Amino acid sequence: MAYTGKLGELVKKVEESRTSRVGVHYPRMSQEERQDVLENFHPDYNKNGFRNVKVGVNKGARMPVEMADVFESWSRLRDVNLDLNAAPDYDVDVLIIGGGGAGASAALEAHAAGSEVMIATKLRFGDANTMMAQGGIQAADKENDTPAIHYLDVVGGGRFENVPELARALVMDAPLVIKWLEDLGTMFDKKDDGTMITIHGGGTSRKRMHAARDYTGAEIMRTLRDEVLNKQITVVEFCPAVEILLDKKGQAAGAVLFNLETEQYLIARAKTVIIATGGSGRLHYRGFPTSNHYGATADGLIIGYRAGAKTIYADSIQYHPTGGAYPPQLLGLLVTEKTRGLGATPLNIKGEQFVYHLETRDVESSAIIRECDERELGVPLPTGITAVWLDSPIIELIHGEGTIERQLPAMMRQFQRFGVDIRKEPMLIYPTLHYQNGGLLIDEKGMTAVEKLYVAGEAAGGIHGTNRLMGNSLLDIIVFGRRAGRHAAAVSKDSPVPEGLNLEHVNVYHRELEETGAADERVGPMLLPHYTHR
Amino acid sequence: MSDEIKMVDIFIMGKRYTVPETLTIMDGMEYAGYQLKRGCGCRAGFCGACATVYRMAGDYELKVALACQTKVEDGMYLAQIPFFPGRKATFDLEKIKASTAHMAQLYPEVFRCLGCSSCTKVCPQDIDVMQYIAYIQRGDFEKAADLSFDCVMCGLCVSRCPANIVHYNAALTARRMYSRYIAKPDAFLAERTKAIEEGSCDAEIDVLINSDQAKLQEMYNNREIE
Repeated sequence: MAYTGKLGELVKKVEESRTSRVGVHYPRMSQEERQDVLENFHPDYNKNGFRNVKVGVNKGARMPVEMADVFESWSRLRDVNLDLNAAPDYDVDVLIIGGGGAGASAALEAHAAGSEVMIATKLRFGDANTMMAQGGIQAADKENDTPAIHYLDVVGGGRFENVPELARALVMDAPLVIKWLEDLGTMFDKKDDGTMITIHGGGTSRKRMHAARDYTGAEIMRTLRDEVLNKQITVVEFCPAVEILLDKKGQAAGAVLFNLETEQYLIARAKTVIIATGGSGRLHYRGFPTSNHYGATADGLIIGYRAGAKTIYADSIQYHPTGGAYPPQLLGLLVTEKTRGLGATPLNIKGEQFVYHLETRDVESSAIIRECDERELGVPLPTGITAVWLDSPIIELIHGEGTIERQLPAMMRQFQRFGVDIRKEPMLIYPTLHYQNGGLLIDEKGMTAVEKLYVAGEAAGGIHGTNRLMGNSLLDIIVFGRRAGRHAAAVSKDSPVPEGLNLEHVNVYHRELEETGAADERVGPMLLPHYTHR
Repeated sequence: MSDEIKMVDIFIMGKRYTVPETLTIMDGMEYAGYQLKRGCGCRAGFCGACATVYRMAGDYELKVALACQTKVEDGMYLAQIPFFPGRKATFDLEKIKASTAHMAQLYPEVFRCLGCSSCTKVCPQDIDVMQYIAYIQRGDFEKAADLSFDCVMCGLCVSRCPANIVHYNAALTARRMYSRYIAKPDAFLAERTKAIEEGSCDAEIDVLINSDQAKLQEMYNNREIE
C-alpha cells in the first residue's frame, strides 16, 4: 500500500526478476574492487567532512567536523562554582557512566568482585544502542570455528588496523560471554537439543552469529538490566556526567553529574571510573540520518578527552548499508543485517542485483552510494532522496513461508506500522550513520592513558580497526564491560579514598581553547540533540 | 516542498500545535518545540520509553501507541507516560527454579488476573498479554516466554490492570526461568569455554598475532568460507 504510483510500477520489476535470482551466486568483490569503491564513495574518504582538532592530548587528530565541534567546546562547568571536596553526593568504589550493555556488564562484574558500584546514566537505565542491536552477537563456539578464525575475520574486516591485543581479547572472550549470558537466562535462538542457531553476517567466514530473533540486543539488555536490579546496584537515571574529576595525583576520582530534571550539579566520588556512554550517531555526520539511540551524542568522548584519554580512529565512521529510506517515518531506522544474512539482496531500479549482499558494511554501503550517485540506478523517492530496494520477499522463497515472521518480527512489525508488508513487498533502503569505529584508546583491561579511568563499549576504540563487523559490537560491549568492571574492582580494593578532587584539566583545556580561539560559543557535552522545529 | 505537505492539528497535553502529517507523534512533539528528556529513547520501537495515550477529538475511546512508531493524526489529544512505578521483584536466578511456586512468591498478583483482557487490548506490540499471563499461571514458561518475547516493557499493560499485575516484569522472569532451566544448554559451548580457559586456543591465535600484515592479508583473502 505504501508503494503507489511510480513506486508501484517499479516494484513489479523486482517481482519479475525474483524467482530467477534464487540460488544465483553474485560474485564478491576482489580486494582491488573493494578499495576502489571505498575510496570513491565511502563518506570517510570525503575530505570536506573532516578537520583536525585544535586542542587536547590528540591535538591535530582528524575527525568529522561535527565531532570536532563537540571536542572544541567549553565545559558546562565554566561559570559554575562547585566545592569539589565537600561531602560528595555519592561516594563509591566504581562509578560507571552510562547505562547500556557495557555499563551493565561492568556493574555486574565489579559488584561480583565485592565493589560498591554505581551507574549514572543520562536517560533511563537500558536506553542505549544495545537495546536496538537486532541481528546478533558473534562467538566462535562451533566445532568448525575457533577464536583464531574469528580473529582473522575481525582484523580483515577492520582493514588490519585493529590493536591486536584488543582484537584478541574480543574473540577469546567471545564464547565465555555467550556462556555467561546463557547462564543469566538470555533467550538465544536454539535447537531443541540446546545448540545455538547461528548464521552468517557481513564479512564472517563461519556461521557464528547468535541471535534472539531480531531483538538480540534488547534481549541481552533487558536480561542484564534485570540482573543489575536483582543485585540492587545503585542506578541513578537522568543524571549524565558532564566532567570527569581527577585527584591530586591526576588519577580519575569521580565525576560531576547533572540532574537533567532539577538542573542541579552533583558530585560523585569514586576510586575508579568507567565511561560507557556509547557512540555519537546523533551528531549526524555529513547530514546522514542515523540508526542510533537518542542519547548517542559523544558525551563520554569529550569528557574523557578533556581528562587526558587519547582518541584512536576518531575519523572512522560506520555507515550501515541498510537504513530505512521510505516511508519517511522509517528514515535512518536500522534494517538489520540479519535480513541480508537470510538472503535478501540489494537491487537497483531495474530489479537487478549490483553487489554481493554480504560484503563488509563499508563496502556494501559504498556500493549502494555508487549505484545511486554515479550509476544513477537508484530508485527516486517522492521525498526527494534516492534509495535502492532490499528484496525481503526472496527470503521466503529461500527458507520457506513464515521465515520472516519467525526470524524478523521486529522488522516486520516496524514496516507494517507504516504500510509495508516485507513478506510480500521489498524494502527501500540507503546507508545510515550507524557506528563510531574508533573512540578513546584502551588497553586490554579497558584502561585509558589516565590512571583509573576506563572506557568500555562504543566509546572505546582500537578493537575494530576502522571497520567493525556485524555482531562484534554486542560482543565488544560485554567483553570490555566485564574486563573494565573486573579490573576497576580489583584496583579499587587497593586504592584509598581519593583526595584533592579537581578540575584542573578542564582549566588547562579552556586555556588551549582561548589560545586557539577554537571553541566559539559551543558548550559540551551536548547531552540532548536539538530537533525542535528549525 | 513544505507547500505540498498537509498540516494537522494535534493537542499535546491539551495544547494545540499544527504539525506536518507525515511526522510520527515523537517528531511532532519536537516539531512543536519540545526538547524531549523523558518519553524518548531508541526512536525505533525497541525500548518502550515513549508509551503514549491518546484520544481522537469527538471520540471517547482512549487509544495507546509508541510515539516513535505512530503517525500524527488530525485531532489527536495525547499525553506520554514516561515512567510507571511498576514493582520488580528481586531474585537470585541460581536459587530459584522454573516453577509456579517460585513465580507465586515473586509475583503473587499474577494469580489474581480477572480475565478482563485490558492488557491485551492496550499492548502497542499486539502481544496477547492476558494469554501469556495464563501460561505463567499454568507453569507453561516455554509458551509464556515465546508469546511475551517481543515485549518492549513500556508499562501500558500495567497502567490498565485492575489486579495490579506487573505483566512485563513477570514475563521477563518467566523468560529467564525458561532460558536458564528449561531450554537445554549448548553442549559444545561449554566445551569451548573450558578449552579457552585452559589455554588450548592460545597457540593458534598467537600465530596470527605474530604475523605481519602482508601475511595476514594473504590468509584473509584465501580463507575458507563456510
